[in-house]
Amino acid sequence: MQDQILSWITFIPLIGMAVILLIPKTSLNAIKGVSLAATFVPMVMATWLYFGGFRHLTQGDFDQARVAGDILASQFVQRLPWIDSIGVEYYVGVDGLSIALVWLTTILLFIGVIASFGMEKAGKAYYALLLMLQVGISGVFVSLDLFLFYVFWEIMLLPMYFLIGIWGGPRREYAAIKFFLYTLAGSVLMLIAIVALRLDSGTFSIPKLTEIAAQGKLLGANLPAAGELLGMKFSTWVFWFLFIGFAIKVPVFPFHTWLPDAHVEAPTPISVILAGILLKLGGYGMLRACFPFAPDAFHEFAYVLAILGVISIVYGAFVALGQTDFKKMVAYSSVSHMGYVLLGMGAFTVWGMEGAVLQMFNHGTSSAALFLIVGVLYDRAHHRDLNAFGGMSQIMPRYWALTTLGFFAALGLPGLAGFVSEALTLIGAYQAGDARFRTLVFISLLGVVFTAAFLLWAMQRVFLGQKNEKYAGFEEINFRELVCQAPLLFLCILFGILPAFLLDWMHPSVQNLLTILGAKA
Amino acid sequence: MHFLDFNPKQDFHLLFLSFVLPLVGYTIQIFFGKKLPRRGDWMLTGFMFVSMCITVLMFAKSLWAAYHGQEFRHHSGLEADLWFHWLYSSDAAAAGTSNVSAAIYYDALGAAMYAVVGVVSFCVHLFSIGYMAQDKRYHIFFANISLFTFAMLGLVLSDNILFLFIFWELMGLMSYLLIGHFSHDPSQKFFHRWATQACKKAFLTTRVGDTCLLIGMVIFYQHFGTFNFGELWRLAQEEVARNGGEYPTWMTVAGLFVFGGTVGKSAQFPLHVWLPDAMAGPTPVSAMIHAATMVAAGVFLLGRTYPLMSPEVLSIVAATGTFTALFAASIGTTANDLKAVLAWSTISQLGFMVAAVGLGGVVAGMFHMVTHAFFKACLFLSAGSVIHGCHHEQDMRNMGGVRKYMPVTFACMLASTIAIAGIPFFSGFYSKDMIILRAWENVLGGHFDGASFFAAVALPVAACLTAFYMFRLIFMTFFGEYRPGTVPSPFAHHGGHDEHGHEEHGHADHGHAAHDHGGHAHGGHDDHGHDHGHAKHAPVVHAHAAKAHDAHGHDAHAHGGHDEHAKPHESPLPMLIALCVLATLGVFGGHFWLADIGHSLAFWEHAHTWFETSVSLKSLYGASAPVDRVLLGHAGHTAHIVALSVSLTVASLGILIAYLIYGRGWERSQRIAGKITGALGDLYDVVKNKYYVDEAIGCAIVVDVDAKGNKRYQPDASVIGGSVSLGLALNWVDKNIVDGLVNLVGRTGRSIGVVSSHFDRVVVDGAVNGVGLVTQTFGSVVRLVQSGRIQQYATFAVFGGLMLAAWLILL
Amino acid sequence: MGLGAYVAVSAALFALGIVAILVRRNVIYVLMGIEMILNAANINFVAFDRFNQSAGGGGGLEGRMFAIFVIILAAAEAAVALAIVLNVFHLFNSVKPSEADLLRE
Repeated sequence: MQDQILSWITFIPLIGMAVILLIPKTSLNAIKGVSLAATFVPMVMATWLYFGGFRHLTQGDFDQARVAGDILASQFVQRLPWIDSIGVEYYVGVDGLSIALVWLTTILLFIGVIASFGMEKAGKAYYALLLMLQVGISGVFVSLDLFLFYVFWEIMLLPMYFLIGIWGGPRREYAAIKFFLYTLAGSVLMLIAIVALRLDSGTFSIPKLTEIAAQGKLLGANLPAAGELLGMKFSTWVFWFLFIGFAIKVPVFPFHTWLPDAHVEAPTPISVILAGILLKLGGYGMLRACFPFAPDAFHEFAYVLAILGVISIVYGAFVALGQTDFKKMVAYSSVSHMGYVLLGMGAFTVWGMEGAVLQMFNHGTSSAALFLIVGVLYDRAHHRDLNAFGGMSQIMPRYWALTTLGFFAALGLPGLAGFVSEALTLIGAYQAGDARFRTLVFISLLGVVFTAAFLLWAMQRVFLGQKNEKYAGFEEINFRELVCQAPLLFLCILFGILPAFLLDWMHPSVQNLLTILGAKA
Repeated sequence: MHFLDFNPKQDFHLLFLSFVLPLVGYTIQIFFGKKLPRRGDWMLTGFMFVSMCITVLMFAKSLWAAYHGQEFRHHSGLEADLWFHWLYSSDAAAAGTSNVSAAIYYDALGAAMYAVVGVVSFCVHLFSIGYMAQDKRYHIFFANISLFTFAMLGLVLSDNILFLFIFWELMGLMSYLLIGHFSHDPSQKFFHRWATQACKKAFLTTRVGDTCLLIGMVIFYQHFGTFNFGELWRLAQEEVARNGGEYPTWMTVAGLFVFGGTVGKSAQFPLHVWLPDAMAGPTPVSAMIHAATMVAAGVFLLGRTYPLMSPEVLSIVAATGTFTALFAASIGTTANDLKAVLAWSTISQLGFMVAAVGLGGVVAGMFHMVTHAFFKACLFLSAGSVIHGCHHEQDMRNMGGVRKYMPVTFACMLASTIAIAGIPFFSGFYSKDMIILRAWENVLGGHFDGASFFAAVALPVAACLTAFYMFRLIFMTFFGEYRPGTVPSPFAHHGGHDEHGHEEHGHADHGHAAHDHGGHAHGGHDDHGHDHGHAKHAPVVHAHAAKAHDAHGHDAHAHGGHDEHAKPHESPLPMLIALCVLATLGVFGGHFWLADIGHSLAFWEHAHTWFETSVSLKSLYGASAPVDRVLLGHAGHTAHIVALSVSLTVASLGILIAYLIYGRGWERSQRIAGKITGALGDLYDVVKNKYYVDEAIGCAIVVDVDAKGNKRYQPDASVIGGSVSLGLALNWVDKNIVDGLVNLVGRTGRSIGVVSSHFDRVVVDGAVNGVGLVTQTFGSVVRLVQSGRIQQYATFAVFGGLMLAAWLILL
Repeated sequence: MGLGAYVAVSAALFALGIVAILVRRNVIYVLMGIEMILNAANINFVAFDRFNQSAGGGGGLEGRMFAIFVIILAAAEAAVALAIVLNVFHLFNSVKPSEADLLRE
């Protein structure tokens, strides 16, 4: 059982989905019950995995694992042949980078299911797709085979398309297609890179590829023209193809415009999952399947990544300031927050990297909470115009209190989780010991100030000031909504006070990753 | 071991308890406060009392150590199990990088500040029981001030700058929530909308400073690899020594950034703009957060980071502080709002402290911080008491003669005013004298730079202005005749009137503004001060007030009754206790710290305070103390005489001017003041409008009051107008350019699709349709046969069968 | 009497049945026509069985057994058919087969 726990976590939702398909459409309560169970069980398993099963490794463990052929020192590995003819394996495992994200996935999907209970349109197909989505996301995080990784990546895409396209807002079709095309464009580039890597190295195994690349042997020597194409090295091509594929998902500045549309149109639970985990796939993908395959190119372009990150931070904050749609504002704040991930990774220091991974987790909790908060208001008012509210704190004081907590978690108030990751990222970037990076840190501080500005401005417009009598009859936040938000906000506080609960887990793997990526060129 | 000796094993736990108790109280209060009896105030006040006792006990220990000449510097990190490992659960888990760990650091400076916070916070809790009694969000208010106290106590105990920063920002949050306290309460007509904007302004302005502090911290971390104060001090001195006794440039840069944090939090020019607007919060909040503790945290930070500051930074610090002191004091002379005067006074006094640190007088600055905390908290709370007694009036022009109605409040406020004005024997004298002395020591003692000279000249002027505006306040508020309704005021609590259809100008016709109708109708009014003019009208009043109370169902100040009953009234007992405690400390604060009580009366000799004997650079920073740059020989004595005479002169001068203008009757004061402002002309307007700094920065909150006493607000746009425009512009870029590109790609794709679909229709479909046509023709023929009648089908079948049979038989 | 006579009766009965199915305007008669055809077949079964035996071709009872099966089936078929007729009547308010032309669709 323990050896297969990752498979169970990944595929229990699939079983749930099969069961749901057998239940008649009319017994909605049974469907809800099954989805709840099919997300609850993986959550319990992942929680055990995180706090109980996972072993904190030492440097010696990594050395041993390297000798044994697994440079990443993954745990709970399960490895079976799958498509022998091209050497594809079913190869799963977790390490310090992915374990927290697997845990977060199961938590957010469980909350997503609860949050969906209030949706009237949601039926059999909806829950089935939601569970399928979870299979895809968990699968990406646990895959150690590049082909498997890609398969899960694509599995995730389809349910998302339908979930936005069918259950979304008025412009859902536009948003869904935009999301689909963007991500598909990224996937195509990824696929090209994956095929090229397979042809060059003869393996799909991520640890193996990482090891080969670390030895500097992943040069495209087995390919026509010895890896040179249009004057660019093989590793550079691989790097950019994979990077763009992942950057679209993050999303990084020029590729971000699908995000606001998708968020605005998606129903609340889908926004929560989209912001909470789907964006993290991009950042995780870079750490797992982009930088390690092309370390040279990574070092060469690290500064470009950091610049893109800083542009996202500042640009996202300013655009958010200009929004009148509550949800769109939160969506742009995601762009801004995910910029830290890129800045931290580009800095290539321990704290920068850890800040980046931590930021992925913390943004997962805080932005999910923010989208739930927006959802509460939208369910009552059926619009999201920031200027049309006012004085909501007098009408819904408990809701206001939760929102305040969520907002301050998002703007990086010390004591809450966002601060730890932002501070680590900034210190890490500053430590990069390079005047160029220091300049970037100074610029990104603009984002820190303006994030506070747009959030507090929104707070003022929606919650403070003159009460809008039109909404005086709104009921206070109900139990179900509270149950959705409370755990996320609790995590924000917990990891703000005790970041060790995340950092202890990821630290050894981040150290190892830095070793693998090697010194700066 | 004497029980006043410091006992690490036990005392660190006590300290920890005192700092966590408010947090525990907050947690209970936030979940259950509403259901507790009296909405939980007794619990939090009780917790705070315990905390206060511990803080005072600990302070007694530090005094004990001082009298015995022992060093008082304790770091819980020396006890291995008293670390809090923050980033990683242990140092082993942080292999390959460094961990951030926190511990309790308790030295003489911290002890003084800790006790101040404990005492002031307890007094404010106590005061709020009376002052906030009618508030709708009473329990939330108590929860918030408790959490604030937790943050402030944590800040003082932090042994590293990162944790100091964490508590620092947490205080910012609490400040935001507490300034915005009335923004959730529409019955607070005036404060409701002001608070809405003021809280945001306060948070954002201080956040600018906080960001500077963060970057300063990061720069120091980058070079020294630690956040710990002790380590930083040591490494800084080593770095300086390595650099040949000069501070390297990067330390100047980093020091300036750290000072940026102080500028934001301690409301120094040009980030002072938030503090006057922070007066939108309830008065106890103004007293605690915006006078005694939080704003002083900026100075405390300077004290903690003093050894890191290069001389260049210190010059800038001194110049900024001096300028702020003078600048704010000048505005303070023009304000008419009771709380606004105190707010400007706070900014000015913070300027004194900052200047003191900049001049190298850390001890003087810290001393002033401590004395100021007591007398300013007392001033604010007294002001709150006056406002409470005058039915929420805040404009001093509508007061006067309050002395008669509120004797206790008057006594407390007068004592504190004397203290802040710098009269000998009162606490403010000693600390302010020390600051001015420091400036003159710098000038005369060979360390002459522009900032010192500026300070030596400008600080006495600011002190003079301080004495002037504080006594102006006293004369305007407490002397003369009670004169409600002299000017229209937005403050008076006349919400109820509007609801009951009273026209505001109705009152104006009678020559008094709305507020003087406050029959005081709450249950406790028999206990205190209603004996003025009450007697003969008592039955009428009670009937009327009670009726009004029932009808309004609102708060303490039911309106109705006659002019005679609009007299101010003394505040309830808990408020007075708090006032008296603080006033006592404000008066004796200076003596209390004196090292040698016997000398305390001989003020003309330089008073040797505890702060000098036991708190020196040496005792604060140990071996890492920076070298004091002032070389005093004989000059020290001269400086002392100069400073003493200067402080005495300016204080008496200020009081004298205040008496001459405001102390001789209201009408005469208006006449004289009118002449003076007339003579000053535009200059007066500039000062009155706060030198237009708010407008220049673009964050003015306009609270206009028109002739009728109505409030007008300008839209919020100016507050962050520029950035919002930029945001909108970028939003346009995002929509039209970035997304436009994407859509262009999409459109190109679709055009290709259109072309190919045309091909599809004509060529491919053509072929398919050809086949279809043939089939269709055939089908329509066959269709004729299909009638749907079974018998017809059967007929076909039979004939078919017959023909088949015929074929089989015949062939 | 030879086999020919039996077969002739059977053929006549069959022809009558066919005519009834094809030309009668009432479904009941059509059903009766079907019964006649079935009985024509029965006569053939029994007759050929009898003559096969007397010609010394074995002692089985297969033909007669088939006849009994057919009778049972005919009864069942009649029951079902009448039920259908009732439904047709409900649907078209008539039992004329020419009216029920839904098969065309």
